[in-house]
Amino acid sequence: MLRTEEMLLNVGPQHPSTHGVFRLVIKIEGEIIKEATPVIGYLHRGTEKLAENLQYTQIIPYTDRMDYLAAMTNNYVLCHAVETMANITVPDRAEYLRVITMELGRIASHLVWWGTYLLDLGATSPFLYAFREREMIINLLNELCGARLTFNYMRVGGVKWDAPDGWLEKVAEFIPYMREQLHGYHQLVTGNEIFLNRVKGVGTYTREEAIAYSLSGANLRCTGVKRDLRKDEPYSIYNRFSFGVPTREAGDAWSRYECRMEEIEESLKILEQAVAQFPSDGPILAKVPKIIKPPKGEAFIRIESPRGEIGCYIASDGKKEPYRLKFRRPSFYNLQILPKLLEGENMANLIAILGAIDIVLGEVDG
Amino acid sequence: MEMNVPGVTDAELHELRQSVFLSTLEQLKGWARSNSLWPMTFGLACCAIEMMGVGSSHYDLDRFGSFFRTSPRQSDVMIVSGTVTKKMAPILRRLYDQMPEPKWVIAMGSCATAGGPYVYSYSVVKGVDQIVPVDVYIPGCPPNPAALIYGIHKLKEKIRYEAKTGKRVM
Amino acid sequence: MDKNELTRLKKEAAEKAKAAAIKRRQEKERQASESGQDLELAKKKAAAAAKAKAAAAARAKAKAASTEKKEEESSVEPSPNEPLLQRYIQIIERQVGTDSYEEYYINRLSKDVPTILAKPHTYMDIAQVLKQQLHFDFLAELHGTDFETHIEVYVYLCSLQNGQSVVLKVKLDRDNPMIPSLVPLWKGADWPECEAYDLIGIKFSGHPNLKRILLGEDWIGYPLRKDYKPHDEGV
Repeated sequence: MLRTEEMLLNVGPQHPSTHGVFRLVIKIEGEIIKEATPVIGYLHRGTEKLAENLQYTQIIPYTDRMDYLAAMTNNYVLCHAVETMANITVPDRAEYLRVITMELGRIASHLVWWGTYLLDLGATSPFLYAFREREMIINLLNELCGARLTFNYMRVGGVKWDAPDGWLEKVAEFIPYMREQLHGYHQLVTGNEIFLNRVKGVGTYTREEAIAYSLSGANLRCTGVKRDLRKDEPYSIYNRFSFGVPTREAGDAWSRYECRMEEIEESLKILEQAVAQFPSDGPILAKVPKIIKPPKGEAFIRIESPRGEIGCYIASDGKKEPYRLKFRRPSFYNLQILPKLLEGENMANLIAILGAIDIVLGEVDG
Repeated sequence: MEMNVPGVTDAELHELRQSVFLSTLEQLKGWARSNSLWPMTFGLACCAIEMMGVGSSHYDLDRFGSFFRTSPRQSDVMIVSGTVTKKMAPILRRLYDQMPEPKWVIAMGSCATAGGPYVYSYSVVKGVDQIVPVDVYIPGCPPNPAALIYGIHKLKEKIRYEAKTGKRVM
Repeated sequence: MDKNELTRLKKEAAEKAKAAAIKRRQEKERQASESGQDLELAKKKAAAAAKAKAAAAARAKAKAASTEKKEEESSVEPSPNEPLLQRYIQIIERQVGTDSYEEYYINRLSKDVPTILAKPHTYMDIAQVLKQQLHFDFLAELHGTDFETHIEVYVYLCSLQNGQSVVLKVKLDRDNPMIPSLVPLWKGADWPECEAYDLIGIKFSGHPNLKRILLGEDWIGYPLRKDYKPHDEGV
């Protein structure tokens, strides 16, 4: 007689589809997942403790290494928090450079997600396409700040480097190119029936659940909650641009996919406007003291990263180092819902669900 | 090389020199191994993204005979790409032990080399060479994909040199 | 369309604030006419402020500055979030009690976010009121900080429907930091509480699965405490 029995299965921490050192201990009965226990912390590097002995400018490189797919937003959240505390006004030109780099980073991050997600689901070529386009963005950012991944570009009060000659034109050229490629992506993947079968109706949660589990970013917007901090609590100069906040109602992996793909388009819109409005000259760094000492007190500032709401908490005692620094890392919060999503699911859907959450382990573990 | 083979004409000898190549078995093994280094996808942190970049369209590691394998049992070089934490260290050692001989290790980036920016952190191992023997160190934070390709070439050079001379390069 | 919605929301919020202000004024007038209750209230507030000041001075730590600063600045220009804070406090006073909090203020450094410092035994009740009566349905952040004299839990809550945020803080004893878990109210508090337990050593009673989420169960000490000494230096 045939029967199935419970079995413990260990996924990770070295697993190509967990996008890093993430481990899942799952209990399966036949093909059905009974229980899933995520184990994290394999990349916990103690950034917050290190930051307590560093000056604010010295912390910026560490933020790069947290969410390494969108390092610019991490740079920004720290600088923005210090600027808010110390009441520093950032020059216009710097703000535009920041927005352009952040949006480029957002596109690059979504491209990596798109490529690797489809690679996990068994499609090899989208990965190659995504990395081809990403390489262009990386080259643009490389030209600006000399690094490919860990940019260390922003400073408290502005940015470090001005745009080199002809850089904006290159960004402007990239926008229509990317639009065309995006169209190609949709033709290649979006209508594919195998892909649709694997993601539609998979990993579904409701709006209430999404809010209760503190999800943010596309993970929240896919349930119909129209929340984007760029719109709801405008920071930087985002109120000068017109762009949409893509939402879906279904709350499944497919709607998350759609939201992210549309976000690329919206980012391109922002880029277009930012390049058009770019001030022809002006300073790129506000007049700030060499050693920045925010006033005593504490602040918690949130902005919208590609993965959701990233926040930075600073408790300052008036010295040049923060007393306590804490990041709200969106991937960490987004991953919490995973055990709930996996329960009762088919084993084959594990990767489709995990990939759709879009985690970066450097951010999950801090 | 001189060959005194009786009954062989000059023309035949010339033909032989054209088509026969003499070497040691060690060198032959070194040649074969160095040209099909299969790294394990062992992405730890930021460097893993650059490692992915190496495997993708622009840098295309496949043209050097290196394909990423997802299992330690099928791979012969471990690219430690990223920060090794104290929680991860035993697992890294275990994966290394699971790899079949001969095996090599590339420490990619400053974290794997010596702890990098996290050298003062409470939870980070200060260099992967405390856990496994490392053959090639690649500096950079993270290294450019071209630097990783250079590192892989250096490893090839090392394998061939060791096979040729019988010396261990440390 | 987005713009329209935004303006509509803004208008609504403004109206709400106005209505609240009128209501408060009426209430104040009524109270004044009735007896010296108003005076008493003011006295209580002043006492609270003085207490807070004294406490802050005694501790001579980071928070002192923000309270004092607020007092200096508020005479210059009241924060736009002041009415909101007053409303929260009113509701909390009605539901939990007038002495349920240690102090409340607008954190000027953090984009004028209303901040309430709860007492350990009322922390859960205030959180409940914030969730159920004031619709703070989204827990944006939870973490602990070691201030050497005490340990502080910092909870940042958002209301997605009203577009408001509030900070709930509580001070704990450093030797035995113990606080009820917020997981029954916000499921999103699960991992952040584990993280605070792991790195600072705050115990959350009633947490369904409190574990050392990042470092592992066999780790010795709490790294984010200021007096942490690594036991295996040089590795």
